Amino acid sequence: MKGITTFIIKDILKNRIVILYTLILCGFSWSIFSLEDNVSKGILSLLNIILLIVPLVSVIFANIYMYNSTEFIELLVSQPVKRSSIWYAMFTGLAVALNAAFLIGIGIPVLLFIHPLTALVVILAGVLLTTIFVSVAMLCFILMRDKAKGIGLSIMLWLFLSLMYDGLVLFFMFQFADYPIEKIMVLLTAINPVDLARIQVLLQIDVAALMGYTGAIFKKLFGTQTGYFTSFIFMLVWIVVPYFFSLRLFKNKDL
Amino acid sequence: MKDLTYHFLVLFFVLTHTVVLAKNIHVGPGKENRSIRAALLLAKDGDTIFVYHSLYKEGNIIINKKITMIGVDYPVIDGDKKFEVVSIKSDNVIFRGFQVQNSGYGSLNDLGGIKVYDAGNIIIENNILENNFFSIYINFGKNILIKNNKIRAYGIEEQQIGNGIHCWKSDSLQIIGNHIQGHRDGIYFEFVTHSIIWRNVSRFNIRYGLHFMFSNDDAYINNVFDGNGAGVAVMYTKKVTMYNNTFKNSTGDASYGILLKEISDAEIVGNRFLSNTSALFLEGANRIMIKKNVFSNNGWGLKIQANCMENVISQNNFIGNTFDVSTNGSLVLNKFDKNYWDKYEGYDLDKDMYGDIPFHPLNVYSFIIENNPIAMLLFRSFMVTLLEKTEKLIPSITPEDFRDDHPLLKAYSL
Amino acid sequence: MIEINNLTKKFGKTTALRKVNLTLTSGTCVGLIGPNACGKTTLIKNILSMVVPTEGEIFFDGKNIHGDVFYKNNIGYMPQIGRYPENMSVRQVLQMIKNIRNHQGTEDKELYEAFEMEKIADKKMRTLSGGTTQKVSATLAFLFDPPVLILDEPTAGLDPIASEILRVKIIKEREKGKLILITSHLLSELDDLLTNIVFMQESVVVFNKTMEDLFAETGENRVSRAIHKLLKTEVLS
Repeated sequence: MKGITTFIIKDILKNRIVILYTLILCGFSWSIFSLEDNVSKGILSLLNIILLIVPLVSVIFANIYMYNSTEFIELLVSQPVKRSSIWYAMFTGLAVALNAAFLIGIGIPVLLFIHPLTALVVILAGVLLTTIFVSVAMLCFILMRDKAKGIGLSIMLWLFLSLMYDGLVLFFMFQFADYPIEKIMVLLTAINPVDLARIQVLLQIDVAALMGYTGAIFKKLFGTQTGYFTSFIFMLVWIVVPYFFSLRLFKNKDL
Repeated sequence: MKDLTYHFLVLFFVLTHTVVLAKNIHVGPGKENRSIRAALLLAKDGDTIFVYHSLYKEGNIIINKKITMIGVDYPVIDGDKKFEVVSIKSDNVIFRGFQVQNSGYGSLNDLGGIKVYDAGNIIIENNILENNFFSIYINFGKNILIKNNKIRAYGIEEQQIGNGIHCWKSDSLQIIGNHIQGHRDGIYFEFVTHSIIWRNVSRFNIRYGLHFMFSNDDAYINNVFDGNGAGVAVMYTKKVTMYNNTFKNSTGDASYGILLKEISDAEIVGNRFLSNTSALFLEGANRIMIKKNVFSNNGWGLKIQANCMENVISQNNFIGNTFDVSTNGSLVLNKFDKNYWDKYEGYDLDKDMYGDIPFHPLNVYSFIIENNPIAMLLFRSFMVTLLEKTEKLIPSITPEDFRDDHPLLKAYSL
Repeated sequence: MIEINNLTKKFGKTTALRKVNLTLTSGTCVGLIGPNACGKTTLIKNILSMVVPTEGEIFFDGKNIHGDVFYKNNIGYMPQIGRYPENMSVRQVLQMIKNIRNHQGTEDKELYEAFEMEKIADKKMRTLSGGTTQKVSATLAFLFDPPVLILDEPTAGLDPIASEILRVKIIKEREKGKLILITSHLLSELDDLLTNIVFMQESVVVFNKTMEDLFAETGENRVSRAIHKLLKTEVLS
């Protein structure tokens, strides 16, 4: 099975879009840090890339790659290979290749320019988001036989998680501002992996502000060791659940 | 100031005059006196008592003569957790080189490590104060120099511990180069006038690094306030000058670099505010000049309540703060001019160093957070950023004339 | 060798296979014939567990293939349209399948040489024409000398020379006693290869006869005519 995974990784790493993606990330991060002498401002610009661009590219690329690999998957299924191994190989291949692009494009400059702990959180956020959206893309692939519908669904999911969700939560907050909604708000944000990633980076760069009124909630729920751990677990759930759901469907899929 | 110099000249003459006639008394193991109390009984005005290194547990030591007390190799005077350790009840006392520790704790009496009662021309210098309820307490003092003392306490709860240097109804104090740690308030001033607080370091105190009320015409220069529970509070006072101090790491709900409440005619110049939840909070503050300060990595740079008037905020650097400025009203009665804001995204086509379009330092989302603290959860999300940018372009919630017309393009070197 | 019991496959509401019973034995070369959409490819995909049966079982060498993958080590499969990772070279594809199958015995390089694969071994898959890709597929199917060969429209897209090479190869393998299952609509080309004919229509197996029986029953000596005749008589009777 190692064979297939390695083949897929190599195949994706040679893909022009992935190379372009790496170069664009590289260009972004290097220009941000070398033009901007204010590091915290640099992290902010980077945060938007990590929360918006990285998930978008991950989900669309992984999704299209899955559709383009339909025949390849068919070939593998006709060979003596377990379906779960094929699925695992596709997932690992995509996740490793896209994360490699992310680490080269953003990880290295981040490590060079910003405080190591903050850098670690930023990188971990990016890696987890990339992997989550690969997992989501594979679920979209298995749910939709039609390529256009599949890509549509994955973009919709990205749109929802990255952009619309916060708007809805904000709306909810304004509507129920007079009620004790703290716990619900925390829960709502903890459900969305993009929000979790954002909050973890926030805890690094806006720590002084977060110690304010909301300090209690923030520190207790996100900033402590248990907080970090819980956030991490929530994000892992976002990887594991779509993955196993799609695997179950794939095992019974007619090719 | 002239007044002060005059007093010191007098003090100088008095001291030199008496020293000539005075005798020296020695206290310590193998010396003529074994206890400080015995020596104090022997002493007359103008005498000098040398106390050698040992542990002295003599209950409350009262100095009621014009004498000089000198500790040799830091003799330890211990209050046994029951007594006030040293009480100075006479003018013209010098108290130098002791370790004073374990004063008693009183909920009615403010027991001190070293306490001055209604006296003047006193020098308290180079002492170590360990684990006292109040470390140095000045009650109705005048012309007192408190210098280079190392003050340390281990307070955990606000109610269980007193202040590091506590001054009440005093005048012409000089508090210089002290290190204070672990008290309720590092330095506490109430009704203290014409005094200077210079080069002190006040860290990790439970409440305020410096607490200051009804104390006019005082100056703080070059102090460092670090990691104090609620930062520094200056209240109900006129004519305060604060130069070149550093206020940092005051984080938490209701923690401030400086909290200004009912203050007027103050100057806050050349200070550094680093990593505080709120760097500078102004409430009922009028005619304050805030100039050439650095606000860096704070949650809020300036919080100006609507009841502040005629304050001038000019030539400061605002760098890396989550929110630079926030306010709770729509009235703009303060002037922002020629500051550097790292969030400014304008341009300078006429090359006059100032941006050609004004900067609006108010962030609409800080308004929202003011009312719904939990909204912080959504800060820096796409929707919120969109909201902020829209508000910057077309101000609707934030007052339009809350702005800096000459935002600087490059930070001042401060 | 392969035994299919009561196999039914439904895709949603449409039924692709209805209660198919079929036994395929070694040493035969079976032609799976029928009009478009009669279920030929679905049957093959069932045998390879590329689709999951709705009902019924398939036994390979007496073992139920459900949940098993290793029986596929004994099958060489040539798909109708082989598609491969675009950025991989021919050599890499062959190498990858070799790794997957973990093949220990000797390799059958006859087709590899006959199709002159070495010349294109370093070309990327995306640069190959449809016919050349089919050659790669054929090479792969025979490469590991498997006892069962399943060829889906093997000559479609191949030029006459290549078709001939493949035909000769199939005969050779048949002589070795292998089971060969071929689907094709161009029957005339493969007439002389087949030992059995399985005719499918509208999701069911209409008949399964040896060539001798077929010719004897119909009195014809050409497969297509024989089938025509047989179908007519069956419809009439």
